[in-house]
Amino acid sequence: MSDAQSLLSVRNLTKHFPITGGVMRRVVGSVRAVDGISFDLAPGETLGLVGESGCGKTTAGRAILRLIEPTAGEIIFEGTDVRALEPEPLRRLRRRMQIVFQDPFSSLDPRMTVGASVREGLTIHKLAEGSAADARVRQLLEEVGLRPEHASRYPHEFSGGQRQRVGIARALAVEPRFIVCDEPVSALDVSVQAQVINLLQDLQRAHGLAYLFIAHDLSVVEHIADRVAVMYLGRIVELAAAEALYARPLMPYTQALLSAIPVPDPQAKRERIVLAGDVPSPANPPSGCPFHPRCQHPQRDVACARIVPPLELKEDGHWAACIKQTPTQITWPEQQAAGATKPPERIMPDRAKA
Amino acid sequence: MTAPLLSVRDLRTYFRTSAGIARAVDGVSFDIAANESVGVVGESGCGKSVTSLSLLRLIQPPGTIEPGSRIEFDGSDLLSLDDEAMRRIRGNRIAMIFQEPMTALNPVFTVGAQLAEVPRVHSRISRRDAWARAVEMLSVVGIPDPAERASSYPHQLSGGMRQRVMIGMALMLSPALLIADEPTTALDVTIQAQILELLGALREKTGMSVLLITHDLGVVAESTSRVIVMYAGEIVEQAAVRELFARPHHPYTEGLMTAMPRAGERRERLTVIPGTVPSPYAWPAACRFHERCPYAWERCEREAPPLYQIGEGHVSRCHLAVEPERRASPHLPLAARAGAGA
Repeated sequence: MSDAQSLLSVRNLTKHFPITGGVMRRVVGSVRAVDGISFDLAPGETLGLVGESGCGKTTAGRAILRLIEPTAGEIIFEGTDVRALEPEPLRRLRRRMQIVFQDPFSSLDPRMTVGASVREGLTIHKLAEGSAADARVRQLLEEVGLRPEHASRYPHEFSGGQRQRVGIARALAVEPRFIVCDEPVSALDVSVQAQVINLLQDLQRAHGLAYLFIAHDLSVVEHIADRVAVMYLGRIVELAAAEALYARPLMPYTQALLSAIPVPDPQAKRERIVLAGDVPSPANPPSGCPFHPRCQHPQRDVACARIVPPLELKEDGHWAACIKQTPTQITWPEQQAAGATKPPERIMPDRAKA
Repeated sequence: MTAPLLSVRDLRTYFRTSAGIARAVDGVSFDIAANESVGVVGESGCGKSVTSLSLLRLIQPPGTIEPGSRIEFDGSDLLSLDDEAMRRIRGNRIAMIFQEPMTALNPVFTVGAQLAEVPRVHSRISRRDAWARAVEMLSVVGIPDPAERASSYPHQLSGGMRQRVMIGMALMLSPALLIADEPTTALDVTIQAQILELLGALREKTGMSVLLITHDLGVVAESTSRVIVMYAGEIVEQAAVRELFARPHHPYTEGLMTAMPRAGERRERLTVIPGTVPSPYAWPAACRFHERCPYAWERCEREAPPLYQIGEGHVSRCHLAVEPERRASPHLPLAARAGAGA
């Protein structure tokens, strides 16, 4: 997974939120929102981070920027140890790492004109002043597909798609190299969503931007991402090139997740894996493999509840965390020692066989 | 052909506000047969939710259902019923479920109590029998340990479980028609699959009809047999689900299908529908889609297209029906030329 040329390198990133109880508000437990994730991001690359609500994907995105303080782990951005930075150098570094939120309406100040919002970053980072700043704001608005005269309007005068364009212009103003896109198109209608996705891709090519693209919509991520990481209960359970992951998902959870996407083709015939039950609480995750209580892998047995599956290389560039999908470094004797009765076997869903 | 269960003719629901008249639903007509599953798709502001609320006469002032609109359900004219008769139809014969079940459930009562209340309001039944029916319904909608779960409060349940409770509540009185307004939009994809499967199984078992309102073409393709596409307060296309996906006729339907990223298909760029959804206070003149349409010509700016019959059970509100050769020469739509991004 390690890459000498990575722009961003995340190792064992962990964020636990304390749960307090009783009259003394003592810490009685913790929500393991992000539970030791590792990945690299190359310059100009898009890594998709997918998973269902509560899997920790949003927390992970914010912890990388230290918008929330990680509990443990290492974040190296352009060779700098982000976690070791004092507030002032961290602020300077934020010029290079930006974020675009799901709901641009709540992230824009309603009392500030759009021009002033976009200009803010230029002022804070002393990038431009006066008429130079005005010119830069107009240029940014044009670049995201708005008109220069929109600078004097307020957020409520814009549609959802236009507000998202303002959010992107704001992030772009400080010339970042890396943008966390946190569900940037989830709140938009299909026709507008396509416009914003195309814009993000155009900007990526023009500026060599790297994206961490967080989304629950697997089809959008398949379209935009070079590589995809699937999260479940705070852990990355599969990581591969987008094409490989969608064509040959290895982790049983990813297999179920992909089979659940409704396909806009009434002729499509395929086996849907309908998972039983809900996602367990990250305050009390299952032992061993976090997915084992819902898992449909036919070889699942008691060892799955006892052995924490490592995120291991199953195929070229394709990582997955499952001790029952061959190959696995957890040997059969080791599994038997944990009570296993069913040996590992490669199981692929119908969709991948076709 | 037998009479449809529900027949809507020229439904107009307008909102008269200080900003003007919002013509949210502007002349909508369709039928639903018994045991049929019909989908209504469209983007925000197209009028799909206002249509469903109008069917149950749940429109609040300043909204009004305009004179001349007709809604016939199972032989009775819903718009001429008095309030008491309409109340008996709601829940009893037509039930509705919404996107966010948390806001539709009462947080201070257990789910069992809320389910048991339904038969007690609508018929004479003992408290104990009502509770037993509530528990039975929780088991029908697939809630594990229904007897225990009946004593849970809504906040103790997950989103998927709450939606199951809502479905159970809607089905307590065996309605003939279930209106589901974005029932899975707030749910994760694996939970969505569970709920859609449950709705399909319950429709087969009970023989009820389902009107499914959604923005997701994938959901429509998988769980309905006929589709109504709405745009700017009007129906722009209607067809059997296979026909619609195989031969979309209206440029808006076509645009929706190509704008969606699809699983298993990577494209360099997504095709977009330029511009934005127009405002109900000022729908564009003539064809309401012409500014965003890649085929629009002079006729589209001058003459509002009727719903043309273009196949068996397939209608489309587009002049391409009579000048099909125009489809061969797409151009940059007006909205794209203006250079205003959505």
